[in-house]
Amino acid sequence: MKANYGYKDGSGEFFITIDTDKCNSCGDCAKVCPPKVIVMITNDYDEVVPAVAEEHRKKIKYDCAPCKPVSGPRNLPCVAACKPVAIVHSW
Amino acid sequence: MVEFWRWKEYRWTAPDADWKNAGIISCGIDVGSVSSQAVIMTDGNLYAYSNMRTGSNSPDSARRALDWALEGTGLKQENMHFIVGTGYGRINIPFANKAITEIACHARGANFMYGPTVRTVLDMGGQDCKAIRCDEKGKVTAFLMNDKCAAGTGRGMEVFADLLQVHIEEVGDLSFKVDKEPPPVSSTCVVFAKSEASALLRKGVPKNEVLAAYCSAMAHRIFSLLERLGVEKDFGITGGISKNRGVVDRLTKELGITSLTPRYDPQVAGGVGAALFAKSLVEKQRAGQVAR
Repeated sequence: MKANYGYKDGSGEFFITIDTDKCNSCGDCAKVCPPKVIVMITNDYDEVVPAVAEEHRKKIKYDCAPCKPVSGPRNLPCVAACKPVAIVHSW
Repeated sequence: MVEFWRWKEYRWTAPDADWKNAGIISCGIDVGSVSSQAVIMTDGNLYAYSNMRTGSNSPDSARRALDWALEGTGLKQENMHFIVGTGYGRINIPFANKAITEIACHARGANFMYGPTVRTVLDMGGQDCKAIRCDEKGKVTAFLMNDKCAAGTGRGMEVFADLLQVHIEEVGDLSFKVDKEPPPVSSTCVVFAKSEASALLRKGVPKNEVLAAYCSAMAHRIFSLLERLGVEKDFGITGGISKNRGVVDRLTKELGITSLTPRYDPQVAGGVGAALFAKSLVEKQRAGQVAR
Protein backbone atom coordinates (compact mmCIF):
# COMPACT_ATOMS: atom_id res chain seq x y z
CA MET A 1 0.00 0.00 0.00
CA LYS A 2 1.26 3.46 -0.86
CA ALA A 3 0.23 5.59 2.07
CA ASN A 4 0.32 9.33 1.40
CA TYR A 5 0.36 11.48 4.50
CA GLY A 6 0.27 15.23 4.27
CA TYR A 7 -1.72 17.90 2.53
CA LYS A 8 -1.97 20.39 -0.23
CA ASP A 9 -2.61 24.01 0.61
CA GLY A 10 -2.07 27.47 -0.84
CA SER A 11 1.71 27.19 -0.41
CA GLY A 12 2.24 23.84 -2.13
CA GLU A 13 2.01 20.08 -1.84
CA PHE A 14 3.55 18.37 1.15
CA PHE A 15 3.31 14.60 1.19
CA ILE A 16 5.34 11.80 2.73
CA THR A 17 4.69 8.58 0.83
CA ILE A 18 5.33 5.30 2.60
CA ASP A 19 5.28 2.17 0.44
CA THR A 20 4.27 -0.52 2.92
CA ASP A 21 4.87 -3.29 0.36
CA LYS A 22 8.57 -2.41 0.30
CA CYS A 23 8.81 -1.87 4.08
CA ASN A 24 10.56 -4.57 6.12
CA SER A 25 9.15 -3.30 9.45
CA CYS A 26 12.63 -2.65 10.91
CA GLY A 27 11.57 0.64 12.51
CA ASP A 28 14.85 2.44 11.80
CA CYS A 29 13.08 5.43 10.23
CA ALA A 30 11.07 6.07 13.40
CA LYS A 31 14.22 5.78 15.54
CA VAL A 32 16.16 8.40 13.55
CA CYS A 33 13.37 10.95 13.06
CA PRO A 34 14.32 13.90 15.32
CA PRO A 35 10.84 15.43 15.81
CA LYS A 36 9.17 11.96 15.89
CA VAL A 37 7.08 12.73 12.83
CA ILE A 38 7.43 9.11 11.80
CA VAL A 39 6.13 6.47 14.20
CA MET A 40 5.52 2.73 13.86
CA ILE A 41 1.89 1.62 13.84
CA THR A 42 -0.09 -1.57 13.26
CA ASN A 43 -2.32 -0.82 10.28
CA ASP A 44 -5.76 -2.17 9.38
CA TYR A 45 -4.22 -5.20 7.68
CA ASP A 46 -2.12 -6.10 10.77
CA GLU A 47 1.18 -4.99 9.25
CA VAL A 48 3.68 -3.14 11.44
CA VAL A 49 4.65 -0.16 9.32
CA PRO A 50 5.73 3.46 9.73
CA ALA A 51 3.18 6.26 9.51
CA VAL A 52 3.18 9.99 10.04
CA ALA A 53 1.97 10.63 13.59
CA GLU A 54 -1.52 12.07 13.80
CA GLU A 55 -0.42 15.29 15.52
CA HIS A 56 2.11 16.05 12.77
CA ARG A 57 -0.02 15.28 9.70
CA LYS A 58 -1.35 18.78 9.19
CA LYS A 59 1.98 20.58 9.65
CA ILE A 60 4.73 18.43 8.16
CA LYS A 61 5.89 21.38 6.09
CA TYR A 62 7.11 22.93 9.34
CA ASP A 63 7.89 19.80 11.35
CA CYS A 64 10.14 18.36 8.63
CA ALA A 65 11.78 21.72 7.90
CA PRO A 66 14.78 21.25 10.28
CA CYS A 67 15.91 18.24 8.18
CA LYS A 68 15.56 20.20 4.93
CA PRO A 69 18.18 22.95 4.78
CA VAL A 70 17.54 25.59 2.13
CA SER A 71 21.13 25.33 0.86
CA GLY A 72 23.88 22.75 1.16
CA PRO A 73 23.59 18.98 0.98
CA ARG A 74 20.30 17.46 1.95
CA ASN A 75 20.27 14.21 3.84
CA LEU A 76 16.88 13.26 5.23
CA PRO A 77 17.43 10.86 8.17
CA CYS A 78 14.25 8.84 7.54
CA VAL A 79 14.99 8.36 3.84
CA ALA A 80 18.67 7.56 4.49
CA ALA A 81 17.81 5.03 7.21
CA CYS A 82 15.35 3.12 5.02
CA LYS A 83 17.26 0.30 3.31
CA PRO A 84 14.37 -0.88 1.10
CA VAL A 85 13.76 2.76 -0.05
CA ALA A 86 10.14 2.84 1.04
CA ILE A 87 9.94 6.51 2.10
CA VAL A 88 9.66 9.41 -0.32
CA HIS A 89 9.10 13.10 0.39
CA SER A 90 7.24 15.09 -2.27
CA TRP A 91 8.92 18.44 -1.58
CA MET B 1 -35.88 30.21 9.91
CA VAL B 2 -35.18 27.75 7.14
CA GLU B 3 -31.90 25.93 7.51
CA PHE B 4 -30.86 25.42 3.92
CA TRP B 5 -27.84 23.29 4.73
CA ARG B 6 -29.89 20.79 6.72
CA TRP B 7 -30.29 17.58 4.76
CA LYS B 8 -32.88 14.95 5.56
CA GLU B 9 -32.00 12.13 7.91
CA TYR B 10 -33.32 8.74 6.85
CA ARG B 11 -33.34 5.02 7.50
CA TRP B 12 -33.86 1.96 5.34
CA THR B 13 -34.62 -1.74 5.86
CA ALA B 14 -34.30 -4.47 3.24
CA PRO B 15 -37.91 -5.17 2.22
CA ASP B 16 -37.86 -8.96 2.08
CA ALA B 17 -35.05 -9.99 4.41
CA ASP B 18 -35.34 -11.73 7.76
CA TRP B 19 -32.52 -11.54 10.25
CA LYS B 20 -33.71 -14.59 12.20
CA ASN B 21 -32.20 -17.02 9.68
CA ALA B 22 -28.87 -15.21 9.47
CA GLY B 23 -25.69 -16.88 10.66
CA ILE B 24 -23.74 -13.69 11.20
CA ILE B 25 -25.26 -10.36 12.08
CA SER B 26 -22.58 -7.73 11.80
CA CYS B 27 -22.75 -4.02 12.36
CA GLY B 28 -20.67 -1.08 11.18
CA ILE B 29 -20.94 2.38 12.65
CA ASP B 30 -19.38 5.30 10.82
CA VAL B 31 -19.31 8.39 12.99
CA GLY B 32 -18.20 11.13 10.66
CA SER B 33 -17.67 14.80 11.26
CA VAL B 34 -21.02 15.76 9.78
CA SER B 35 -23.09 12.57 9.49
CA SER B 36 -23.24 9.25 11.31
CA GLN B 37 -24.36 6.00 9.76
CA ALA B 38 -25.19 2.67 11.35
CA VAL B 39 -25.25 -0.31 8.97
CA ILE B 40 -26.52 -3.78 9.85
CA MET B 41 -25.64 -6.70 7.59
CA THR B 42 -26.88 -10.26 7.70
CA ASP B 43 -24.39 -12.78 6.27
CA GLY B 44 -22.77 -10.04 4.21
CA ASN B 45 -26.03 -8.67 2.78
CA LEU B 46 -27.29 -5.23 3.55
CA TYR B 47 -30.17 -5.49 6.01
CA ALA B 48 -30.75 -2.02 7.47
CA TYR B 49 -29.10 1.33 7.79
CA SER B 50 -29.67 4.77 9.17
CA ASN B 51 -28.06 8.08 8.35
CA MET B 52 -28.26 11.06 10.65
CA ARG B 53 -26.37 14.15 11.70
CA THR B 54 -23.51 13.78 14.14
CA GLY B 55 -24.18 15.79 17.25
CA SER B 56 -21.60 17.27 19.57
CA ASN B 57 -21.08 13.95 21.30
CA SER B 58 -19.85 10.97 19.30
CA PRO B 59 -20.85 8.12 21.69
CA ASP B 60 -24.32 9.63 21.73
CA SER B 61 -24.46 9.99 17.91
CA ALA B 62 -23.34 6.39 17.45
CA ARG B 63 -25.99 5.22 19.90
CA ARG B 64 -28.76 7.20 18.21
CA ALA B 65 -27.75 6.01 14.74
CA LEU B 66 -27.71 2.38 15.87
CA ASP B 67 -31.03 2.66 17.71
CA TRP B 68 -32.66 4.16 14.64
CA ALA B 69 -31.26 1.47 12.33
CA LEU B 70 -32.62 -1.19 14.68
CA GLU B 71 -36.04 0.49 14.92
CA GLY B 72 -38.90 -1.71 13.75
CA THR B 73 -36.64 -4.67 12.89
CA GLY B 74 -37.07 -6.47 16.22
CA LEU B 75 -33.28 -6.73 16.42
CA LYS B 76 -31.46 -5.66 19.55
CA GLN B 77 -27.87 -4.64 20.13
CA GLU B 78 -27.29 -7.97 21.93
CA ASN B 79 -28.09 -9.80 18.66
CA MET B 80 -25.06 -8.27 16.94
CA HIS B 81 -22.15 -10.64 16.72
CA PHE B 82 -19.59 -7.93 16.15
CA ILE B 83 -19.63 -4.14 15.91
CA VAL B 84 -16.88 -2.21 14.13
CA GLY B 85 -16.57 1.55 14.50
CA THR B 86 -15.03 3.83 11.89
CA GLY B 87 -14.80 7.51 10.97
CA TYR B 88 -13.58 10.47 12.99
CA GLY B 89 -15.37 9.38 16.13
CA ARG B 90 -14.32 5.72 15.90
CA ILE B 91 -12.19 5.68 19.05
CA ASN B 92 -15.07 7.13 20.97
CA ILE B 93 -17.78 4.50 20.46
CA PRO B 94 -17.95 2.63 23.78
CA PHE B 95 -19.98 -0.34 22.51
CA ALA B 96 -17.90 -1.06 19.40
CA ASN B 97 -15.72 -4.18 19.53
CA LYS B 98 -13.02 -2.74 17.27
CA ALA B 99 -12.08 0.47 15.46
CA ILE B 100 -10.83 0.44 11.86
CA THR B 101 -9.77 3.50 9.86
CA GLU B 102 -12.29 4.93 7.40
CA ILE B 103 -9.87 4.51 4.52
CA ALA B 104 -9.92 0.72 4.76
CA CYS B 105 -13.68 0.74 5.38
CA HIS B 106 -14.51 2.95 2.41
CA ALA B 107 -12.43 0.81 0.06
CA ARG B 108 -14.18 -2.31 1.27
CA GLY B 109 -17.59 -0.64 1.19
CA ALA B 110 -17.02 0.66 -2.35
CA ASN B 111 -16.03 -2.84 -3.40
CA PHE B 112 -19.45 -3.99 -2.18
CA MET B 113 -21.41 -1.06 -3.65
CA TYR B 114 -19.72 -0.88 -7.03
CA GLY B 115 -18.57 -4.47 -7.48
CA PRO B 116 -15.03 -5.91 -7.59
CA THR B 117 -14.03 -3.97 -10.73
CA VAL B 118 -13.70 -0.70 -8.83
CA ARG B 119 -10.05 0.40 -8.56
CA THR B 120 -10.24 4.07 -7.65
CA VAL B 121 -12.53 5.30 -4.91
CA LEU B 122 -13.12 8.89 -4.06
CA ASP B 123 -14.70 9.50 -0.69
CA MET B 124 -16.00 13.01 -0.38
CA GLY B 125 -17.02 13.40 3.21
CA GLY B 126 -18.16 16.19 5.43
CA GLN B 127 -14.77 17.32 6.58
CA ASP B 128 -12.22 15.68 4.34
CA CYS B 129 -11.66 14.18 0.96
CA LYS B 130 -9.94 10.84 0.42
CA ALA B 131 -8.66 9.32 -2.79
CA ILE B 132 -8.17 5.56 -2.49
CA ARG B 133 -6.85 2.92 -4.90
CA CYS B 134 -7.83 -0.65 -4.15
CA ASP B 135 -7.57 -4.19 -5.53
CA GLU B 136 -10.38 -6.58 -6.50
CA LYS B 137 -10.87 -7.61 -2.87
CA GLY B 138 -11.32 -4.04 -1.68
CA LYS B 139 -7.88 -3.94 -0.06
CA VAL B 140 -6.26 -0.51 -0.14
CA THR B 141 -3.21 -0.27 -2.44
CA ALA B 142 -2.69 3.48 -2.14
CA PHE B 143 -4.43 6.37 -0.48
CA LEU B 144 -4.26 10.09 -0.06
CA MET B 145 -6.26 12.14 2.35
CA ASN B 146 -6.86 15.84 2.53
CA ASP B 147 -8.32 16.88 5.83
CA LYS B 148 -6.46 20.08 6.42
CA CYS B 149 -8.96 22.35 4.80
CA ALA B 150 -12.71 22.47 4.22
CA ALA B 151 -12.47 23.29 0.51
CA GLY B 152 -13.65 20.27 -1.45
CA THR B 153 -15.81 18.91 1.35
CA GLY B 154 -19.44 18.67 2.27
CA ARG B 155 -19.06 21.31 4.92
CA GLY B 156 -17.96 23.80 2.27
CA MET B 157 -21.06 22.96 0.25
CA GLU B 158 -23.26 23.50 3.30
CA VAL B 159 -21.76 26.96 3.79
CA PHE B 160 -22.63 27.81 0.18
CA ALA B 161 -26.15 26.39 0.39
CA ASP B 162 -26.71 28.60 3.41
CA LEU B 163 -25.24 31.71 1.79
CA LEU B 164 -27.26 31.33 -1.40
CA GLN B 165 -30.40 30.11 0.39
CA VAL B 166 -30.68 27.00 -1.73
CA HIS B 167 -31.60 23.64 -0.24
CA ILE B 168 -28.49 21.44 -0.18
CA GLU B 169 -30.18 18.68 -2.20
CA GLU B 170 -30.97 21.13 -5.03
CA VAL B 171 -27.48 22.60 -5.41
CA GLY B 172 -26.39 20.10 -8.07
CA ASP B 173 -29.36 20.56 -10.39
CA LEU B 174 -29.48 24.34 -10.05
CA SER B 175 -25.78 24.65 -10.83
CA PHE B 176 -26.53 23.37 -14.35
CA LYS B 177 -29.34 25.84 -14.96
CA VAL B 178 -26.99 28.50 -16.30
CA ASP B 179 -26.62 30.09 -19.74
CA LYS B 180 -22.89 29.55 -19.84
CA GLU B 181 -20.47 27.86 -17.47
CA PRO B 182 -18.89 30.61 -15.32
CA PRO B 183 -15.19 30.58 -14.38
CA PRO B 184 -14.57 28.71 -11.12
CA VAL B 185 -14.29 30.58 -7.84
CA SER B 186 -10.58 31.36 -7.54
CA SER B 187 -10.18 31.12 -3.77
CA THR B 188 -9.19 27.74 -2.37
CA CYS B 189 -10.33 28.47 1.15
CA VAL B 190 -14.05 28.19 1.93
CA VAL B 191 -14.07 31.38 3.97
CA PHE B 192 -12.50 33.37 1.13
CA ALA B 193 -14.63 31.59 -1.47
CA LYS B 194 -17.67 32.68 0.49
CA SER B 195 -16.63 36.34 0.40
CA GLU B 196 -15.82 35.97 -3.29
CA ALA B 197 -19.32 34.60 -3.84
CA SER B 198 -20.85 37.50 -1.88
CA ALA B 199 -18.99 39.89 -4.16
CA LEU B 200 -20.34 38.09 -7.25
CA LEU B 201 -23.89 38.31 -5.89
CA ARG B 202 -23.48 42.04 -5.25
CA LYS B 203 -22.36 42.48 -8.84
CA GLY B 204 -25.65 40.93 -9.93
CA VAL B 205 -24.40 37.50 -10.97
CA PRO B 206 -27.36 35.08 -10.76
CA LYS B 207 -27.46 32.59 -7.89
CA ASN B 208 -27.17 29.54 -10.13
CA GLU B 209 -24.02 30.87 -11.74
CA VAL B 210 -22.40 31.37 -8.35
CA LEU B 211 -23.31 27.79 -7.45
CA ALA B 212 -21.82 26.59 -10.74
CA ALA B 213 -18.64 28.56 -10.05
CA TYR B 214 -18.28 26.94 -6.66
CA CYS B 215 -19.10 23.41 -7.87
CA SER B 216 -16.50 23.63 -10.62
CA ALA B 217 -13.89 25.01 -8.21
CA MET B 218 -14.55 22.06 -5.92
CA ALA B 219 -14.42 19.59 -8.80
CA HIS B 220 -11.10 21.00 -9.92
CA ARG B 221 -9.63 20.80 -6.46
CA ILE B 222 -10.63 17.16 -6.13
CA PHE B 223 -9.31 16.47 -9.62
CA SER B 224 -5.84 17.66 -8.65
CA LEU B 225 -5.94 15.41 -5.60
CA LEU B 226 -6.91 12.40 -7.73
CA GLU B 227 -4.30 13.25 -10.30
CA ARG B 228 -1.60 12.99 -7.68
CA LEU B 229 -2.66 9.44 -6.83
CA GLY B 230 -3.45 8.40 -10.40
CA VAL B 231 -6.87 7.26 -11.56
CA GLU B 232 -7.45 3.76 -12.81
CA LYS B 233 -10.77 2.42 -14.13
CA ASP B 234 -13.33 1.67 -12.70
CA PHE B 235 -14.05 4.75 -10.71
CA GLY B 236 -16.56 5.07 -7.88
CA ILE B 237 -17.52 7.89 -5.56
CA THR B 238 -18.71 7.46 -1.99
CA GLY B 239 -19.70 9.89 0.73
CA GLY B 240 -22.29 12.63 0.86
CA ILE B 241 -21.09 14.76 -2.07
CA SER B 242 -21.51 11.80 -4.44
CA LYS B 243 -25.17 12.88 -4.45
CA ASN B 244 -24.31 16.34 -5.71
CA ARG B 245 -24.48 16.15 -9.50
CA GLY B 246 -22.97 19.62 -9.80
CA VAL B 247 -19.64 18.39 -8.49
CA VAL B 248 -19.72 14.78 -9.73
CA ASP B 249 -20.56 15.60 -13.38
CA ARG B 250 -17.95 18.33 -13.57
CA LEU B 251 -15.35 16.06 -12.01
CA THR B 252 -15.98 13.11 -14.31
CA LYS B 253 -15.90 15.48 -17.27
CA GLU B 254 -12.49 16.72 -16.20
CA LEU B 255 -11.26 13.16 -15.56
CA GLY B 256 -12.63 11.88 -18.84
CA ILE B 257 -14.13 8.77 -17.21
CA THR B 258 -17.58 8.20 -15.79
CA SER B 259 -18.24 6.94 -12.31
CA LEU B 260 -20.07 3.67 -11.67
CA THR B 261 -23.66 3.61 -10.42
CA PRO B 262 -23.86 2.38 -6.83
CA ARG B 263 -26.13 -0.48 -5.83
CA TYR B 264 -27.10 1.28 -2.61
CA ASP B 265 -26.84 4.71 -1.06
CA PRO B 266 -23.13 5.64 -1.47
CA GLN B 267 -23.16 7.70 1.70
CA VAL B 268 -23.26 4.57 3.85
CA ALA B 269 -20.23 2.95 2.14
CA GLY B 270 -17.99 3.50 5.18
CA GLY B 271 -20.48 1.79 7.46
CA VAL B 272 -20.92 -1.07 4.98
CA GLY B 273 -17.14 -1.57 4.89
CA ALA B 274 -17.03 -1.61 8.68
CA ALA B 275 -19.86 -4.18 8.82
CA LEU B 276 -18.01 -6.37 6.28
CA PHE B 277 -14.85 -6.18 8.41
CA ALA B 278 -16.98 -7.17 11.40
CA LYS B 279 -18.27 -10.19 9.47
CA SER B 280 -14.74 -11.31 8.58
CA LEU B 281 -13.67 -10.93 12.20
CA VAL B 282 -16.54 -13.13 13.38
CA GLU B 283 -15.61 -15.75 10.77
CA LYS B 284 -12.00 -15.62 11.93
CA GLN B 285 -13.06 -16.01 15.55
CA ARG B 286 -15.29 -18.98 14.75
CA ALA B 287 -12.63 -20.70 12.66
CA GLY B 288 -10.20 -20.24 15.56
CA GLN B 289 -12.61 -21.84 18.00
CA VAL B 290 -13.21 -24.85 15.77
CA ALA B 291 -9.49 -25.38 15.30
CA ARG B 292 -8.97 -25.40 19.05
